[in-house]
Amino acid sequence: MTLTSAPDLATPPVRRPFRQGMARLRRDPVSLGALIIILAMVLAAVFAPWAAPYDPNATDISVALEASSWAHLLGTDVYGRDQLSRIIYAARIDLLIPAAATAIALIIGCAIGAVAGYRGGWLDHIVMRCVEAVMAFPALVLAMGLAAALGSGLGNLVIVIAVTQVPTYLRLIRGEMLRVRDMEYAEAARTVGNGDGRIIFVHLLPNCIPPIIVQATLSLGYGLLTMATLSFLGLGVRPPDSEWGEMTAEGASQIVTGEWWLFVFPGLAIIFTVLAFNLVGDALRDLLDPRMRGVK
Amino acid sequence: MPPLLEVSELSKAFPLRGATRMLATFRGGPQAVQAVSDVSFNVAAGETLGLIGESGCGKSTVARCITRVIDPTSGTVLLNGQNIAALDKTAMRRARHDVQMVFQDPTAALNPRLTVRRMVEEPLRLEGKLTSTQRRERLFEVMDDVGLGRDLVDRYPHEMSGGQRQRVNIARAIATHPRFVVLDEPTSALDVSLRSRIILLLEHLRKRLGLAYLFISHDIATVKYLAQRIAVMYLGRIVEEAPGAELFARPAHPYTRALLSAVPVPDPDAATERFPLSGEIPSPLAIPTGCALRGRCPLAQPICAEPVPLRDIAPGRKVACHLA
Amino acid sequence: MTALLETEALTVHFATSDGPVEAVDGADLTVRTGEVFGLVGESGSGKSVTAMAIMRLIQPPGRIVKGSIRFAGIDLATLSEKAMRDVRGSRIALVPQSPRTSLNPVMSVGKQISRVISVHGGLGWRASGARAIELLAMVGVPDPAHRAKQYAHQLSGGTCQRVMIAMALATSPQLLIADEPTTGLDVSIASRIIELLRDLGKRTGAAIILITHDLGTVAQSCDRFAVMHAGQIVESGDTRCLFRAPAHPYTHALLRSIPRVDADVVLQPIAGSVPALLHPPAGCRYQRRCELAMPVCCEKPRRTSVSVSHDVACFAAEKKYAAAS
Repeated sequence: MTLTSAPDLATPPVRRPFRQGMARLRRDPVSLGALIIILAMVLAAVFAPWAAPYDPNATDISVALEASSWAHLLGTDVYGRDQLSRIIYAARIDLLIPAAATAIALIIGCAIGAVAGYRGGWLDHIVMRCVEAVMAFPALVLAMGLAAALGSGLGNLVIVIAVTQVPTYLRLIRGEMLRVRDMEYAEAARTVGNGDGRIIFVHLLPNCIPPIIVQATLSLGYGLLTMATLSFLGLGVRPPDSEWGEMTAEGASQIVTGEWWLFVFPGLAIIFTVLAFNLVGDALRDLLDPRMRGVK
Repeated sequence: MPPLLEVSELSKAFPLRGATRMLATFRGGPQAVQAVSDVSFNVAAGETLGLIGESGCGKSTVARCITRVIDPTSGTVLLNGQNIAALDKTAMRRARHDVQMVFQDPTAALNPRLTVRRMVEEPLRLEGKLTSTQRRERLFEVMDDVGLGRDLVDRYPHEMSGGQRQRVNIARAIATHPRFVVLDEPTSALDVSLRSRIILLLEHLRKRLGLAYLFISHDIATVKYLAQRIAVMYLGRIVEEAPGAELFARPAHPYTRALLSAVPVPDPDAATERFPLSGEIPSPLAIPTGCALRGRCPLAQPICAEPVPLRDIAPGRKVACHLA
Repeated sequence: MTALLETEALTVHFATSDGPVEAVDGADLTVRTGEVFGLVGESGSGKSVTAMAIMRLIQPPGRIVKGSIRFAGIDLATLSEKAMRDVRGSRIALVPQSPRTSLNPVMSVGKQISRVISVHGGLGWRASGARAIELLAMVGVPDPAHRAKQYAHQLSGGTCQRVMIAMALATSPQLLIADEPTTGLDVSIASRIIELLRDLGKRTGAAIILITHDLGTVAQSCDRFAVMHAGQIVESGDTRCLFRAPAHPYTHALLRSIPRVDADVVLQPIAGSVPALLHPPAGCRYQRRCELAMPVCCEKPRRTSVSVSHDVACFAAEKKYAAAS
């Protein structure tokens, strides 16, 4: 009879989620491709001075409005600026602003959603009615209105995008909180003497992380799309700052005269990046959320 | 010597909500579910009191009221003379180090995102008496106590087997040297071979550390093995309380007789005499007046409609039945 | 009594990327007409998989690798899927573990039963409705005509299980497989369900395979039973014989490891834990937990008779009984 030592209790082997994820990725070339696109975009943005073949703002009238060539892979614009270099430099804003907005939305949404979900009652009612009020507006209309009210500037743009995303996080976390707050480990945390704050943020919130990661990935894509749309409409990034949406707006005026590349290439950059974020988000959902597994 | 834990007239009602409440108002029925009513019992230091009954009888609600996971509607819970039912949040958090709980499902009761070390050390950190070195020592001490290897402290729950997880739960419960531990069906989710080990571990810890247990279970054989005294609950009330051996030899309440006779005996030659009750447990919203067993009891008499208090019938034996 | 069901060397594997999980390893079972046959084991012992294999309900990646399942003269293991569907509906029925989730929540229970009758019995809807009420009365549901109109959520767990039993009996099957039919039910309800099953077996002449982990239930209700450990049947035979003189060390250990209401015992836990079924030890899978293990245990033990109706698969037991006789 073994009581104080229990060598007989077989210990299951340690699972390695990262390795599992990589193995799964290898069988899923589409998600792998999407991940590579995102990594390439990030690297290009970070190392823009090295990655870009020209200075993005160097004008050279002699090569203005040239189509794709070996010298200028994606052609040049009215001022003879190299389009590829401009797209690479613009990636900095295109990735950074949605990222900042997502981070802010995530922190605010999680904090309020977690407390509302855990406490329930009147607090939950008030918060949820506010969320519903915000969500009653179509996201883009809300973003346009806010952008117009706040005025231009990169900081304001971050705020606008964040505001459109907060309700999503809030509802997501509130739902997750409702699920985990009645788990036995929540009760166990209470019986050993944890206060509500510690229970919410140390014990319960970490158990809601997988859907947050998925949502964050997806909302990077949505954030980029919102920003590009606003910029296209002239409500977001304005020259001299450049951004893909703003570049398509500039390029759009050249379509009639046949210089299609100025519109198409920044547009493709938006499409591929947003698509890549969505695909990676879906793949993460499959990986992290067992409930969604096998649902396609 | 006064008992370590003294529960008197503990009651808990869960108010109905939403559509159910509207329906109840419309029909003129009760607005709350009386889960526990007027439950009183004592547990002496170093003793195990078994609490048995079928699902919905309120035994888990009693456990949660004593550990203040939920707040009782009325009644007192004296632990070492201190009424923990009346403590405010902050005072209760301090008192928790003296009364701990082990849950039914070893997997659900462990936070999947925390390591064993963090979970077992947490009550010590919250108690705030020990330095971090002392806490580490205490951690290793309780790991030894519950028979877990020290190499397991940095594991996550999913990296352990079911038996190991329940040992972690027990380690967490005893880390702060509590004198009283509530065990809420700690063996129900375990397989036969693990169950016997956990039973022996609990018994070993009680003897060695002088713990007192409130052992809640529907597994009557396990309660018989562990408990010195047993209380039987039916529809929120204690209907009988007796020393373990006495209860099994001479059950006094018809409900106890029915419950004990329904337990399958692992002996094909055992002469079992069923004492069947008719029908099913009534809804807790429609508990009969007088003796709650009235509608189902084969021995029922007109007098059973009268209120039936829990009374002494012999030293250490209590029963709530007019006919016993 | 004649054998109704006989499995021989029934082996079920579940394919994984690391190799096959050998869930059932050469199970030999004999179930006789009209008896209650218990299948006992800890979780992961393969008792449910065995039952599913008998009904041919093993889903990929699981597969019946080899073995025969002879049921009333036909080999189910090689039967076509279409013919098997007929057998499953009308001649072998299953009483599931969780009755509440097995019932359709949006159809009244009476209708669910009468649907089974009309599909398999070819009765009209009026006749099958009446038969459904008859069946509910037979399984001891009070006021069956009223209950038949109710839905699963309006019934208690015990009544739900009675409804499932009525549904299983709808086609007068020859074999009823009850997979832990009392899980989640209270003791008094559980004992009544088991009693009901036993009684119905006697009345209808159907054989019952009762899967359980509770030795008390086996002792009280089974005529014969088999003990499974890690996918292998270690011992089988007459209930009385097995309880009085368990021959396999595992059965022995199992009986000593449970607290009892009828006697004061000293608990002796079983050493070790059930081995993983992915790359299990060769030969007897109990060898690493067994105090009587010998070098020969690395080979697969044969099934040997200890007495007329008592078989065991263990080298140590074989040696002991060879010496005794």
